[in-house]
Amino acid sequence: MTASRLPKGGRVDRAKTVRFTFDGKAYSGHPGDVLASALLANGITLFGRSFKYHRPRGVFAAGSDEPNALVTVLSGSVREPNVRATELEIYDGLVTASQNRFPSLEHDFMAVNQLAGPIFSAGFYYKTFMGPAIGPLRSTKVWMFFEKFIRRAAGLGKAGVTADPDHYERMNAFCDVLVVGTGPAGLLAAEAAAETGAQVIIAEERPIAGGSLLASVELIDGRNAAVWAREKAAALAALPNVRFLTRTSVWGYYDGNVLTAIEHVSDFKPNRTKGQARQRYWIIRTGKTILATGAFERPIVFPGNDCPGVMLADAVRRYAVEYGVATGNNVTLFTNNDSAYEAARALSQAGVNIVAIVDVRADVSGACIEIASSAGAELVLGHAVTGTHAGKTLSSITVQHFNAQTGHVSGTPREIKTDCLGVSGGWSPAIHLASQAGGKPEWDEDLQAFLPPEPNQNWVTAGSAAGYMDTVSVFSDGATKGSSSKAKPKLPSVDAPMFDASPAAVFQIEPAAKSQKAFVDFQHDVTADDIRLAYREGFHSVEHLKRYTTLGMATDQGKTSNIPGLAIMADARGITIPEAGTTRFRPPFTPVSFGAIAGERYGDLRPHRLTPMHDWHLANSAKTYEAGLWHRPMIYGSHGETVEQAYVREARAVRQSVGIVDVSTLGKIDIQGPDAGIFLDRVYTNMFSTLPVGKARYGLMLREDGIVYDDGTTWRLSETQFLMTTTTANAGNVMQHLEFYLDCIWPDLRVHLTSVTDVWAGTAVSGPKARAVLEACVTGTSVDNTTLPFMGIVYGSIGDVPVMICRLSFSGELAYEVYCGAGFGTQVWEALLEAGKPYDIMPYGLEALGTLRIEKGHVTGAEIDGRTTAHDLHLDWMLSKKKPYIGSAMKDRDGLADENRLSLVGLISLDNQSINGGSHIVSDATPREPADSFGHVTAACYSPALGKYIALALVKHGTSMIGNRAYATDLLRGKHGAVEIVSHHMFDPEGSRMHG
Amino acid sequence: MIIKCPYCGPRDVIEFTYQGDATRQRPDPASSDQAAWSAYVYDRANPMGSHREFWLHSGGCRQHLIITRDMATHVISSVGFARDAVASVKGGEHP
Repeated sequence: MTASRLPKGGRVDRAKTVRFTFDGKAYSGHPGDVLASALLANGITLFGRSFKYHRPRGVFAAGSDEPNALVTVLSGSVREPNVRATELEIYDGLVTASQNRFPSLEHDFMAVNQLAGPIFSAGFYYKTFMGPAIGPLRSTKVWMFFEKFIRRAAGLGKAGVTADPDHYERMNAFCDVLVVGTGPAGLLAAEAAAETGAQVIIAEERPIAGGSLLASVELIDGRNAAVWAREKAAALAALPNVRFLTRTSVWGYYDGNVLTAIEHVSDFKPNRTKGQARQRYWIIRTGKTILATGAFERPIVFPGNDCPGVMLADAVRRYAVEYGVATGNNVTLFTNNDSAYEAARALSQAGVNIVAIVDVRADVSGACIEIASSAGAELVLGHAVTGTHAGKTLSSITVQHFNAQTGHVSGTPREIKTDCLGVSGGWSPAIHLASQAGGKPEWDEDLQAFLPPEPNQNWVTAGSAAGYMDTVSVFSDGATKGSSSKAKPKLPSVDAPMFDASPAAVFQIEPAAKSQKAFVDFQHDVTADDIRLAYREGFHSVEHLKRYTTLGMATDQGKTSNIPGLAIMADARGITIPEAGTTRFRPPFTPVSFGAIAGERYGDLRPHRLTPMHDWHLANSAKTYEAGLWHRPMIYGSHGETVEQAYVREARAVRQSVGIVDVSTLGKIDIQGPDAGIFLDRVYTNMFSTLPVGKARYGLMLREDGIVYDDGTTWRLSETQFLMTTTTANAGNVMQHLEFYLDCIWPDLRVHLTSVTDVWAGTAVSGPKARAVLEACVTGTSVDNTTLPFMGIVYGSIGDVPVMICRLSFSGELAYEVYCGAGFGTQVWEALLEAGKPYDIMPYGLEALGTLRIEKGHVTGAEIDGRTTAHDLHLDWMLSKKKPYIGSAMKDRDGLADENRLSLVGLISLDNQSINGGSHIVSDATPREPADSFGHVTAACYSPALGKYIALALVKHGTSMIGNRAYATDLLRGKHGAVEIVSHHMFDPEGSRMHG
Repeated sequence: MIIKCPYCGPRDVIEFTYQGDATRQRPDPASSDQAAWSAYVYDRANPMGSHREFWLHSGGCRQHLIITRDMATHVISSVGFARDAVASVKGGEHP
């Protein structure tokens, strides 16, 4: 293959020069060139090494179907791998590198993989690493050992490891009609749609409009086809109701006529404007979609078909016509259909020398013979290419007599000297988006290709995507599909001979004696023999074939390999291609960078919830941590204290005098309506309709399946109003749970729910001196034991801020929760601290809160873990027998009454060592792996009240184990210690302190 | 997928939360028939074709909707407020 720039032709701007590098060497091209055309113009024909065998590979196609010529684009420390050289526009300063070669493209050590060809056949990974199930060679270990070597040998480009400095945008767009593709069908469809006044978006993946017209030598309305297309596109783009997007690849088709596209905004520019996005991700919601996506030429599979110099006939033509590049000095064409003759006509006009046209058909039309003759090409009918001769690039081909009906190869091989072979195996409509949208493609016997399925959304295919292969009928189809009227559209005139679009049904050439591999999927190195092997091994369905051989699973999604692969499998099975079927196409149609999909959404995207007193906490040396979305004080640190020292100090202050803690994060739901009491009776296990106004009650919720869901106190503020509190973590879920029952199960209940979590600031005041603190600052109400008994509610003021106070206790001490409007949270907090000064009041964080509740055996999310029942948590006393409630029926099923269930106990360390949360409870005095665990630690702390390390745990036969010795073992962190199992009520079991 | 919320209008599916099968009937709350409760809580059909489902417009009006959707094509044939549909089925009586 000797490629070079032709003296004239192409749309490149020969007056200007663009400089770029490939594998460290400097080259030049012209504006309008893609990397592939510019390198070919410089005589470069070796573009990369293949995936498995490291075979030399050249450029094969001229668009998004390219399987071979993938490069890495380097920009500073950033590398973008697997970019198709056939689509990459060159610019000054572009730096590119070839892939999958070591140490260099010309000399690649890994090419020895070719010698091991039979080893790397279909199913290689499965066979090689399905080793013995046991013993030192058991499969996963073998795989883990070899994987890194194999991954290095087989692969595509390497991804970068530095952060992507570029930025990306997302765009939501809406239109009446979306036209995908701007070939002859797309342009006329868009024009017809725009004329109706519809809002139209037109998306073209290439830099300029025209599609097949760009490489056509036809005259449209008496003009050069590419010029006609350019003018038509410009006229469309100027319309006020048309948005014309170029360099925009529509890659996904989803339900509801939602399509996704990537627009290359600036990644083809040498100097990007600061702040300009590199790519833009479009989400387009459209009324109607017109898929004018064209067709892909497909190859014929024959031995030796992967050497540089063998390419698609249409690609040979496009490099000559579009870029003014001859891909060889002596080009040969190999075909089963008439389109190669159109290519020959175009090549001949462009000044490319054609040596011969090899056609599998014994007879061709007069027009074809005429073209061959005027191009000076030998017409070799009834023959097929059965081999190639090449070093790093093609030098000659072998042809033999071929029977297109039987597929039989015979006769003496004949050699034809050629440096470029253009292959045409017919055309397949680009049905990828239509297939994504749904439905089964339909086989067309005439075209020997799959046509788009019946639409199940509002879309149509137009032009060659719909199976019309000549420009005249493509124009007609496009105009008709774009228009809503029945009137016959006025069409441009086309000056070109008509060809028959139907190919001979020949997909592969398989000589009896073959010495060369015949490749089907170039990008994944899948050969025709691999497919036949898959058949022999029982992988018959196309879905199995795909996964076993990886056919069509590379970044090109099998655009050139799909139909030939199916044809070979159908042939092996002795069935037709439509009987073999086809796999469904999935998004994306072309590779999409993650950066573009993420857009501006990266880093920590979660909202951060802060309580009204958050700034005070920070200003007073709180160390915070995240509890769900909330930031909450863990401890208030004093200089030099460990976390344990700090929470012990805080918890001790609460037990000895008084402390305050921010409880604003508790979920709060305002429940109003005449049926509010009935509603609560149904969602809680205990009674609420009987709760007097001005009193609170601790409530327990189960799920429908009888497992504990959430707990909290609910306060009756009036006959028809309750304030429910939920656990911090479950607030949103409980709200949704209640909404579901009101909307979907009991729509007759007159109840309204409002989330008021953020409306109230809450402060808990706990400790023997709590009442004294309130007495010192609350006005408008007494807080003595008569006015404010346990679970009572009063209203008053602190300073001039109205407050609602409920006497309830999580710590086990005399305690109150003081609620005020969120905006006054800090004011009330500080007033309480001021009032508590005589008692050395101390703010405490979540660690101390946890310590106090562990001492008391109160449960939280660690114990309400979605697996425990009320019985497991010793909360049976809360289960009403007088009424049904959510979970009341299923809580009694056999599995939940099993004696072997884990239940809640306390643990006390016997060796005065801390107990790790998550430790397993075992009977072994020394650590053992694996151990028989009969429980686990849910929460642990040092208890200042008991002077011991303690924990809560869920243990099998919990209650009857009390008094026994066991061991808490944490093999992961290397901790093992003796514990005594005790009642979960470890401190003040009578509750005398909180009732005091 | 776009859901036409009867209150908010057509909205993208990301605004909604799937809330389960709307064809199952909750047993009488006072019933202790474990088989009936087990069927209600655990048994789900997976029909290919039309199906009724609860969806919550969690990022919108926070109303539960009953949607009739084709499981094979995702085409939504009807959307209504769950409250209306459930109330009419039960004739105003809760089970």
